[in-house]
Amino acid sequence: MTQSLLLQLSVAVLFLPLVSFLILIFFGKKLARQSDVIGIFLNGAALALSVTILYAKVNFFHDELLNFTFTWISLGNVTLIGPLKFDLGIMIDNLTAVMLVVVTLISFLVNLFSSKYMEGDIRFSRYYANLGLFSFSMLGIVIANNFLSMYIFWELVGLSSYLLIGHWYEKKSASDASKKAFVVNRVGDFGFLIGILVLWANYHTLTYEGVYAAIGSGMIPFQSAWWMTASGLLIFCGAVGKSAQFPLHVWLPDAMEGPTPVSALIHAATMVAAGVYLIARTFPMLTADALMVIAYVGAITAFISATIAIAQTDIKKVLAYSTVSQLGYMVMGLGVGAFSAGTMHLVTHAAFKAGLFLGAGSVIHAMHNALHHAHDHHTDAQDIMNMGGLRKKMPITFWTFVMFTLAISGVPLTSGFLSKDEILAGTLAYGSLTGHMLIPIIGFLVAGLTAFYMFRIVILAFMGDHKDPSRLEHVHESPLAMTLPLMLLAALSFFAFYSLNPIGASSGWFFHAIERPATVVPLDMAAASTEIFEEALHHAHNTAMLFSLLVAGTGILLSFLTYHWKKISADAVAESMAPVHKFLLNKWYFDELYDATAVAGVKGIAALFAWFDGKIVDGIVNGAGSVTKMGAVVSGKFDSIVVDGFVNLTATVAGTFGLVLRKVQTGRVQSYIVFAILGIVVLFFFYRAV
Amino acid sequence: MALHVSLQHFLIVSAVLFSLGLFAVVTRRNAIMVLMGIELILNSANINFLAFSRYNGLQIDGQMAAIFVIILAAAEAAVGLAIVLNIFKNFNTVNVDEISAMKQ
Amino acid sequence: MNSVQLFDIIFYVLAATVLASASIVVFSRNIVYAAFSLLFTLFGVAGLYVLLNADFLAITQLMVYVGGILVLILFGVMLTNKVVSVDIKTGTLQVVPAAILVVLTAGILCSIILATHWLGAGTTDFLVVKTTAPKIGEALITTHMLLFEVASVVLLVAIIGAAMIARREKTQ
Repeated sequence: MTQSLLLQLSVAVLFLPLVSFLILIFFGKKLARQSDVIGIFLNGAALALSVTILYAKVNFFHDELLNFTFTWISLGNVTLIGPLKFDLGIMIDNLTAVMLVVVTLISFLVNLFSSKYMEGDIRFSRYYANLGLFSFSMLGIVIANNFLSMYIFWELVGLSSYLLIGHWYEKKSASDASKKAFVVNRVGDFGFLIGILVLWANYHTLTYEGVYAAIGSGMIPFQSAWWMTASGLLIFCGAVGKSAQFPLHVWLPDAMEGPTPVSALIHAATMVAAGVYLIARTFPMLTADALMVIAYVGAITAFISATIAIAQTDIKKVLAYSTVSQLGYMVMGLGVGAFSAGTMHLVTHAAFKAGLFLGAGSVIHAMHNALHHAHDHHTDAQDIMNMGGLRKKMPITFWTFVMFTLAISGVPLTSGFLSKDEILAGTLAYGSLTGHMLIPIIGFLVAGLTAFYMFRIVILAFMGDHKDPSRLEHVHESPLAMTLPLMLLAALSFFAFYSLNPIGASSGWFFHAIERPATVVPLDMAAASTEIFEEALHHAHNTAMLFSLLVAGTGILLSFLTYHWKKISADAVAESMAPVHKFLLNKWYFDELYDATAVAGVKGIAALFAWFDGKIVDGIVNGAGSVTKMGAVVSGKFDSIVVDGFVNLTATVAGTFGLVLRKVQTGRVQSYIVFAILGIVVLFFFYRAV
Repeated sequence: MALHVSLQHFLIVSAVLFSLGLFAVVTRRNAIMVLMGIELILNSANINFLAFSRYNGLQIDGQMAAIFVIILAAAEAAVGLAIVLNIFKNFNTVNVDEISAMKQ
Repeated sequence: MNSVQLFDIIFYVLAATVLASASIVVFSRNIVYAAFSLLFTLFGVAGLYVLLNADFLAITQLMVYVGGILVLILFGVMLTNKVVSVDIKTGTLQVVPAAILVVLTAGILCSIILATHWLGAGTTDFLVVKTTAPKIGEALITTHMLLFEVASVVLLVAIIGAAMIARREKTQ
């Protein structure tokens, strides 16, 4: 097993989903039912290769960076700049290897799950083709060793996300959601692009290695500390868009209009994690200020979306806000400097959130079938208020769902506990180091809220009694193709896969493999060094664990008190805090706010431009037309009167002279002789004197 | 013994004869009368030739010129009259002012 | 009365004859009169030739003009006027301008003639010489040989041309 073989394998992993996409997009209709087999098989192969790569990487090349670069475009020697070229390439470090496995694993499971969930869909093969395109793009992001190809794949991911959200484009809400997702992502990507351009303008290279080496040698962008921070934050803009961070988080809940497995794959596990991955990749060049901003953005996002999630009743919406909240967690974790914890939460969250979505998909699938059976087309299959008592009918879905919920709530012995606990410890350490105590406070608060609203779903959907007992008769457990991924993901939500110590991740292979990279920014701008941070973390660890257990337990207890034992009336609470409830129900009025500001502003500008175009530009054009027409009329008159007049005058003069002179031309020779004699006489008198 | 009649006498006779011929050429409508006017002009020219010849020491060159003038006059008369006859044949008139086919 | 005086008399008589008959030629309304009057003019001119010691030319004048051209003209008169119509008068055109111009021309010519200072003041001695015919004949075959030949060609062409033009088309 050599390095080059690993690189070749990773290229194979990258292109397998693309092959799947190409086959399905061109021949999918002809293959009919076989589409899913191709998608599952090729993604399965990619998964197998990824696992091999991860195993080999961690065991044989643990501390090595596998890099392969080639020159894409060489501009030769450019005046004033020197040699200029665009390098592309691939790179495998431990983070990449882990991400390869995460992406291919979730992708494979979703492909498998979809074979049943999407059965009978009219665009079945296109769905699978788009899944292939998405996997290809996502792997491209992970495997890239430079900002340029990362940006290309970044946009491809946006495109495939757009295609998949709008899969059922006949639904207006779905096509609107896909457009919203795309446009909002563009806003973030614009910042990302500017950030890349800033780096290019300064370093004339876009490889991570080249950029970090240049920064490490003391060349900061435009010789300005401000620009150093700004370039990091501009690139972070891309993460804000993709990872649905405040204030660009509004697209993700709407994206739930897509098929549920897509939500699991893209909008829970992988694509939204791309932003977190981007922060992790650019971590070395982020200054202390930039990291602080990132941490606050993450914290605010986590808090806002957690509060919104409490009030929602649509199972997918709750999960969507939960996702946004957890992404905020990750971003916050990276921001405070808990690099390993943040990335670990990315991985563990990918597993249990994908599981939650797939579980929700299973529930929705069952509900949908039951409602269909009862010819009920009015009841919302996704509303948890319409569910209840599904526990008995869907045991596998129920138990796996509970497992995922425990994981996300941060209950010990789960993967979520490990990563979340480490993040909270990180925030606490950060708070103690810098004095920003608001971040750990929000962190713990959100942990409690998460436990509360997640158990709310479990209790309302699976426990108690079903509203309509007759309907429950027709609810059935989903087929194996759907439950198998659930079980696999549930297994992966155990702590053992990440660290053998159930209460401390730092001793596990993951923390060992993915260590916080050394910063390259000048020391006076950098965040607290790894050693100082580790020291603080060590002190904070036990406190954090204690608090996190406490808040999780409180959240779960409150949830049970409210929804299961009915000790606290949810309605009464909602009544007593009606404005707050309404505020949360309407998602903090973000959509309305953006409609009123950004959208209305853009529309206003558009109207202004339309007015400008209609009145001024058209006016100028029409005016020019009128002037030209008038000019033409005048010119025509000039032509017909002056020019023609002149010509006619000339002709008339010539004609008149002709008429006069014709009298002389009598045609009689004798007349001519007379004139000749006259001429002689005149000549004589002329020359007489001589 | 010098002659009283000088060169000028002959020349004046010639000049008057020329003027008369010219008048006939210009004013007469009949083509034959025009031809007669031309003969008068030619004769006046001949008188001039011979007078210069005579008053320059009786040179022979003037007489040679006069002979050729007479020859040309004969040819002219023959061709001219043939043309006149042809015109008469085509236009049934010999009045030159009526023969204006080339006039618009 | 010596020969010089006689010369003067003959000159004036001939000059008067020439001018008078020429005037008749010009001013006569009757073309036949004009033609006959031309006969006298030609005779007078021939007399003047004699006075100018050009006897050969005088004879030639008589033979060619009187014997040839005048006959031709008379034939022309007769051929171009309808036999039945007795009116062989000829009209005149633009008499007044022509008259003014002709008088002007004549005046100019006369003034030039009188104003010019001629070689030897325009006089000469009375000469009695034998005929000039031998000299002319000699000149025609020596110095003026080319002219002589050209003249013969001209006459030939004139004869053929005249015959050609005057010929009546048979097919008409």
